[in-house]
This record gives sequence, structure tokens and C-alpha cells, in this order.
Amino acid sequence: MMIDRVTDSRGFDTFDLRYIGLIFAILGIGVLSIHSVTHGQEGGIAPYFVKQLAWIGMGMAAFIVMWTWDYHQIARLAYPAYVLVLLMLLFVLFDGRTSKGAQRWIAMGPFSFQPSEFAKLVLILVLAQYYSKAPRVGWLQRVIVPGLLMLPGLLLILKQPDLGSGLSFVAVYAAMLLMVGVRSQALGAILLFSVMLFPFVWEGVWGSLHDYQRQRIMAFVDPGYDPGGKGYHALQSKIAIGSGELTGKGLLGGTQSQLKFLPEGHTDFVFAVYAEEWGFIGVLVLLALFIALIWLSLEIASKAKDQLGALLAVGIVSMLCFCVVINIGMTAGMFPIVGIPLPLVSYGGSATIMTMASLGLLLNVKRKRLSLFY
Amino acid sequence: MASGHHSETEFGDFHRRLFMLRAGLLLVVALLALRLWHLQIKEGPYYRDLSENNRTRQVLIEPARGLIYDRYGVLLANNVSSFTLYVTLEDVKDREKLVGKLSDLLGLDPEFIQKKLGGRGGKLVPRKIKDRMTLRDAVLVESHRLDLPGVMVQVESQRNYPGGVTASHLLGYVGEISAEQLEKPDFSDLHQGSIVGQYGVEKSFDRYVRGQAGYKNIEVDAHGHEKRQAVVENPQAGADLYLTIDVRLQKLAEELLGNEYGAIVALDPTSGDIFAMASRPAFDPNVLSRELTSKQWVEIVQDEGRPLNNRASQGQYPPGSTFKVPMAVAALETKTMAPSSTVACNGGYPFGNRVFRDWKAGGHGAVNLHSALVHSCDVYFYTVGQRMGIDVMAEFGRQFGLGQSTGIELPSERSGIMPSTAWKQKARKEQWFPGETISAAIGQGYVTVTPLQMANLMGTVANDGVNYRPRLVQAVMDRMTGNLQELPAVPRGKINAKPETFHIIKKALADVVKEGTATRAKSEMVTIGGKTGTAQVAALRTGPAESIPKKFRDHAWFIAFAPVESPKIAVAVLVEHMGHGGSAAAPLAKEIIEAYFKFPAPPPPTLPESSKEEQAQETPDSL
Repeated sequence: MMIDRVTDSRGFDTFDLRYIGLIFAILGIGVLSIHSVTHGQEGGIAPYFVKQLAWIGMGMAAFIVMWTWDYHQIARLAYPAYVLVLLMLLFVLFDGRTSKGAQRWIAMGPFSFQPSEFAKLVLILVLAQYYSKAPRVGWLQRVIVPGLLMLPGLLLILKQPDLGSGLSFVAVYAAMLLMVGVRSQALGAILLFSVMLFPFVWEGVWGSLHDYQRQRIMAFVDPGYDPGGKGYHALQSKIAIGSGELTGKGLLGGTQSQLKFLPEGHTDFVFAVYAEEWGFIGVLVLLALFIALIWLSLEIASKAKDQLGALLAVGIVSMLCFCVVINIGMTAGMFPIVGIPLPLVSYGGSATIMTMASLGLLLNVKRKRLSLFY
Repeated sequence: MASGHHSETEFGDFHRRLFMLRAGLLLVVALLALRLWHLQIKEGPYYRDLSENNRTRQVLIEPARGLIYDRYGVLLANNVSSFTLYVTLEDVKDREKLVGKLSDLLGLDPEFIQKKLGGRGGKLVPRKIKDRMTLRDAVLVESHRLDLPGVMVQVESQRNYPGGVTASHLLGYVGEISAEQLEKPDFSDLHQGSIVGQYGVEKSFDRYVRGQAGYKNIEVDAHGHEKRQAVVENPQAGADLYLTIDVRLQKLAEELLGNEYGAIVALDPTSGDIFAMASRPAFDPNVLSRELTSKQWVEIVQDEGRPLNNRASQGQYPPGSTFKVPMAVAALETKTMAPSSTVACNGGYPFGNRVFRDWKAGGHGAVNLHSALVHSCDVYFYTVGQRMGIDVMAEFGRQFGLGQSTGIELPSERSGIMPSTAWKQKARKEQWFPGETISAAIGQGYVTVTPLQMANLMGTVANDGVNYRPRLVQAVMDRMTGNLQELPAVPRGKINAKPETFHIIKKALADVVKEGTATRAKSEMVTIGGKTGTAQVAALRTGPAESIPKKFRDHAWFIAFAPVESPKIAVAVLVEHMGHGGSAAAPLAKEIIEAYFKFPAPPPPTLPESSKEEQAQETPDSL
């Protein structure tokens, strides 16, 4: 096991270059869109896009750390890190900074940081570590125990309430479960179980939601019904995207978003801003960039030298896919609006740093592969 | 690492699943792309149309300011609905034409409208053009709305002071936030056009009273006229203030001053509560809370009576003989004088190469502390001052709060001057001359005080040396939570003096009224103690008083407390250029004191309930 650390001397190759290039291309689109929607608006100590550049700088540091440090060692820290994250989530509940009725933030001087973002990466590490530690056989070891591992984090996040992060949590769990393999009977049992449990879970989840979340979800049913009220965000977002047409209105030209019809244009709805200004062509470019990035990531997963690496890669890729699909889907009016940022594009320190750290870890998995096979 | 190896089948399985993942992902992305194609290409023109006609405007809803009551729940400041004219530049097609039309309709100066339109913010931020429009003007604008694209008339709450000039210096007035204020962190959540307190408690308690703006989205048609609206966030009304003043005493004090310039302060010596604080001339806060033209402003600012000056807390006058009260305390405490030791007064006090005169030409004969206070003998206090020295006097003056602000909750309080050798060195870069000590001993020379400081000083003596910070606000009620926060009285310390000292001095002050210089303050109702003062304005006076131009005549002082046995009220009266305190000021103090004891006990203060009626926060509607 010591060999790979010394023999990994190839460093950069064209694969890495393409991978990192894609990341920066998407980050660049994000910074442009953030600038476009927030220019002329005060962002505190510095304009939003400058702050986003600062987050990206910190994200690069996280990327490099996660890339170069042996991922086996990182995975060994999974459980302690999980305990730490749970403590932070608890802390947030009691002493967090509130925004729109949800407590998600820990204030650190002028910054505030969102533990639920980091919880996602830690959960991937925990599950990967769990499945790779020993052959997990039987539905109890494969399904129930990891489910129980995930549960405290999930409940604490839902309590905030942060529906978006909660859903990503479940998605990561489900994706990794499917990757380690569940026999069809077990899958059937889970489905049956879920259906039976649904009313209770619905009760619990729906009851724990804040009004604004319920309204957002209800608005999904018929956003056209009440444009000034609940469905407002969804409808304005669709108008923004649709009015971009084929070529878009150009940088800084998005009236929808410039005129503040779009709420949170620099965070959750940044895709709508981008789509309005760059049109369908721009949208296809961004989708292509994401697909290319995910393709390269899956490449890494499929060639991972051990199960831990493969599982880490799959977890990270599925989280990335989930966030991209849900975010774009919700801004395009296909899903209810839940607060999930668009990875690498939306403004936000915690999410940007976490996503870049995850992508660094992914590349780390590939690096180890090289050292073993070549 | 435990499981570095997988069986071939497991890896095969894994790869099969990865393949499924890829296929699934492509499918989902294809669906997304399809959806986006549908939105942007198929229905693109439809949405483009919507976005071009998407004339939603975000409009702030100004909060209602908190109400202000007197100590018994009498309303002093409330809000009334009035019309405000806004223009949203985005919807204006021809700016010049619009300005012309508006100025024709409303009789406004076109330049004024242009200035208002030029405010900060994007084209979508509605500019406030005029508030407090008359109903006629509002109807006029509404009936011409088709010719006035981008114009909005909103109903907003405006500050109103039902009492007009009553207590104007205390209440203050409100006005649009200034550019400098907007820069300050205190106002960080405000925006251009926000109304903030600019004077009085409206200013010092603005943070509580101002409330928080809400906003609504209104959908407008192609002319910028409202079609429908949705309130996104309701405004939060500001907190109500309960003042310590009794508006009946306040009004009386203002009437007593009449057209003379001056100030009257009445307070509770046992808590520092201000019962009344009048300053004349006054202003009408209803007028000042409107937007004034620069001409109106110049008129107010250049008014010779300086009505914006709160003479009670900002007027600095020589205390004259009222200064003999703290001097007497100092004389006894420093043992400069025993109560019985006498000084021979023959009408003058030679010092150096000049003679300091007593106000009574022939002198008072042999006087002790008691008779020196009763008859206000100057020579006695020249002697005390000379023996004690300026720095000991300054030390006692400071204990009584002279030369420093009292800390009352009013903006820009002045602190007066309590001179000392160190003060002169610092302020004038000159040494102290011994002769200046003699003038200072009778409250002339460099010594200046505010009427508020003197009322507080009188209260402190009446209260045997225990001093409270004068205060104007006794409780704040949060409208949103219904919490009533009572503000406690703030002790300021105790004069370092023996109880007998105060006993002797209070006895002498009682005799000032009974048989001394202030017999015109003698009351059938209640025992009053006090001290007259006549503050010189001009050093040179020749001829009879009537021949001196009024602006060079002396200021009349009287400070008093009652009842002598257990004081409940302390009063300071200052009337500018009215000559002797005994004749011009003492009768006013007597009236205030008698009124205080005569007014029927009001119903128990029903603090929170009394405001219910007024509370409803109006959500302004458009016409």
C-alpha cells in the first residue's frame, strides 16, 4: 500500500488538464452570471462576483488538498468528520444564523458557513468507507445499517429545514446503494416499505416544512394561477429562461433578472439568468460542459483501482448529477422549487468550496489508479 | 485498506451499473434539454412577449412610525393617511413632457421635480416627488393618469402632531433621510426617501420609533399604472414611546412664556422625570415634517428668535445669582464659612484696583449665609469665592453637573461652562486671573449653564444631594410583540455634602420666597423654596432699565422646588431680557408649581391599551 504514494510521479496529464479546464469553464460561466445579476447592487464588502472569486480561490486550495492527500487516509477520517458535522448541525439548530426562517448558517466573523453543504461530502466518505471496509452481505448490512448511518444527519438537515440538502443526502445514499448492488427482492422490499411508510414520512416532512417551502411546492402544481403570489418565483424563472430564446439577450441584457423579477438570481436561480442572457445555445453549451465533466468523472469511477475509490467516485458523481438536474429542472419549472444551488455556478462560499473539494477527491481516485496500473 | 480486490463478477456488475448510470444520465439531460428547447424555442416568443410586458414593480411599503404619548397616555404624535406622488422612470416615455404636465397640474417648480427624479437608484426605483398632497391634487393626478405614464399616487401614513407647537422641541420632527445619514451604519436598512426623526425624541429614539419597511410587487400595465398587487412582506410599525411629560404642565409652561423668549423646565427630583420643558419661540413640527422649500428653510434658520433652538437644553446663559446655591453648599462643606459667620456688606468689594459692586447700592450690612441667600448679597459670595478659589468652586460645580451635559435623551444638548484654571489654560490658552474668580462667584464671567442643568441642580439640592439623570422617555412599547419595556430612572451620583448643609440651605431658600427676593413666588397652596437670579448680558449699563435696548437687558432666572418639607417638583425658569428674576421669573415658577399640585390626579395610566385604536398598520393602497 505504500508503493502508490512513491510511484505516483506522473502528475499532470491531458486528462487532468481537460478535467480542470472543464471545471474552470463552468466556474467562469457562474462568475459572469453572478456579475450580471448583481451589478449595481451592493453586496457588502465587495461585489458578489468578487466574493465568488474569493470563494473559488479557497475552493482551489481545497481541491488541491483533496487531490494530493491519499484518499485512503481521508476516508479514515470519515467517521470522526461525520460526528463533527453532526455537532455543527446541532449547533446550527440552537445558535445558527437565520435566513428566511431557516437556520443553516454558522457565523464566523464576517463569514457564515453552511454545515449542511459539507455534510454531503462527509456522507459520501462515510458510506464509501463503510461499504469498502468489509464485504457487506445481506439486506441488513447493505441497506439498513447505512440507512441508519445517514439518518441523524438527514433529520438534522430537515429540521433546519433545508429540503434541498436533505434530498441530496437521500440521493447520495440511494445512488451508492444501487452501485454496490441490491438484489431485486431487496429492492422490491425497499420499495414496498417506502410506499407503506410514505404517509408517515410525508406527515413528518410536510409538517416540518416552513410556510415558504410548502408554498413553493404547492406553487409547482399551478404556477400560472397566482402570478403575484406563491407561484411567482417559478413563473418568473420560466419567463426568464423562455424569453432568452435561441441566442439570448446578451451579457447584462437579461431584463427579467436585472429588473429583479427573479428572486435569488445569483444563487438558486442563476441558471435562469444564464439562460435568459445566453439563450438556448448557451444552455446547450453549459449542459455539454456538465456532461463532459460527469463523463470524465465516471471514467475515473470505472477505472478505480479499489472499491473505496470507486464508491467515492460514484458518490461524488451522483451528487453532482443530482444537483445539476434538480436545479435546472426546478428553474425550468419541471420540479418543485427546493433550495439546491447549481454546482460551480451559483453564488455561495460553502457550496463552491465543497463542490471543488469533492472534485479534487475525484481526481485523487484517478491518480491512485495511475500509480498502480502503469 | 480492507477490500482492495473485487471478484471479476463484482467488477463486471459495477461496470454494468455504471453503464446504466451513464445511460440514465443522458436520458435525463436529454429531457432537460427538451424542456429548455420547449421553453426557449417553441414557446420562446411567447415568453419573450411576457418578459417585455412583464411590468412588475417592487414598491416599498413605508412603516407607520410609533406613536408618542405623554405620561398619562395623551397622544402627542400619531400618523394620518395622506397621498404621496411617485414616478417610476422606467415607465416614463417623455420625461420633459411629464415634468411639464406635473408642474402645471400641481403648481410645482419644474426644477424641483427634475431634482427629485434625479435621485439615486435604477430606473425601476420609484422616486418620491411630493408627499402630503391635498385630496384635490391627488384626484387631479388620478383623473389625468392616462397622460401621466409612470405616475403613481400611493396612500401613506404621515407624521402628525395633534398639539401643533406644543412640546415641539421635545418631540422634534421627521424628514426625509439625508445623503449623509444614509452613509451611517445606524441607517443601513433604510433607503432614499425613508422618513427618519430629525430632531427631539423623534431623532434620539428613531431606532425604536421608525419601524421596518415592507414591500409589495405590483403589476403594472404599459403605462406603468397598477393592475394588481401582492404584498410580499408587510411593514412593521415602530414602537410607541411614553414620555415623562405631563402635557397639561407643558402647555401651561409654554403659555406662561407667551411671546417672550425663554425656557421653563419642571422635573421630579426623586426620579429625574421631566414634567415639562418649554422653550420659546417654538416651531410647528407639522410644518417642518413636510418638505420645505429652501426659501422656507432660510426663513426658519434666519429667524432672529432661533425657534429651532431648544433653549432649555441648548441655551447657555450665565446663571447669575442662582449660582449662589451651589456656592453656599461649597462654602459650608469646605468650612470656608460657618453658618453663623458674618461678612460686612457695604455695597462693594474692593479687589485689586477696582471695586466689585453689590446689586444693592448701600449694601446689606452684616450678613451670614442665611441672609446672604435670602437677600442675594453679592459681597458675601465675593468673599466666599475669593477665599475658596476657582478650582474648589469648579469641583462643586461639577458635582452638581455644571459644565457637562445632563445626558437627557435629546440631540445636541449643550453643556455650558464651569470654568477652572485648567479649563482656561486649555480653552483660552491663558492663565486664570484672580478677579475672574470674583465674577464667577456670583455666576457671571465665564460661567454658563442651561435651564435644564439648573432645574436638575435645584432638584439635587431638594433631594438632599441625590441626583438623577433627567429623562424624557419612561417606557417603550413594541407594537409587534406587545412588550412594554419600562426604562428605569438613572441615578447619577450623590453630592459629597452633609445632610445639615442641605437643611440649612433649603431653609434659606424657603425664606427667599417667604421674605426675600422672591416673595412674588409665595403660594397659599404649598411651601416653595427658590433662588432668584439676574444674568447680565452686557457689561456696561448706564441709565434706567427702560432706556436700555431690550437685547441688552438682563435675563431673569428663578429656580425653585416644592414642597419644602418633602420636595416633589423642581423648576427652573429663564426669561430672556426681562430683568429681575424676582419679578419676571418667580411668578411663572409659582404658577407651574401650583398647577402641579392643583391638577386632578389623572386616571391610572393605561399604557398599552390606550394605543390599540391607532395601531392598525395601514397597508397603503393605490387610488
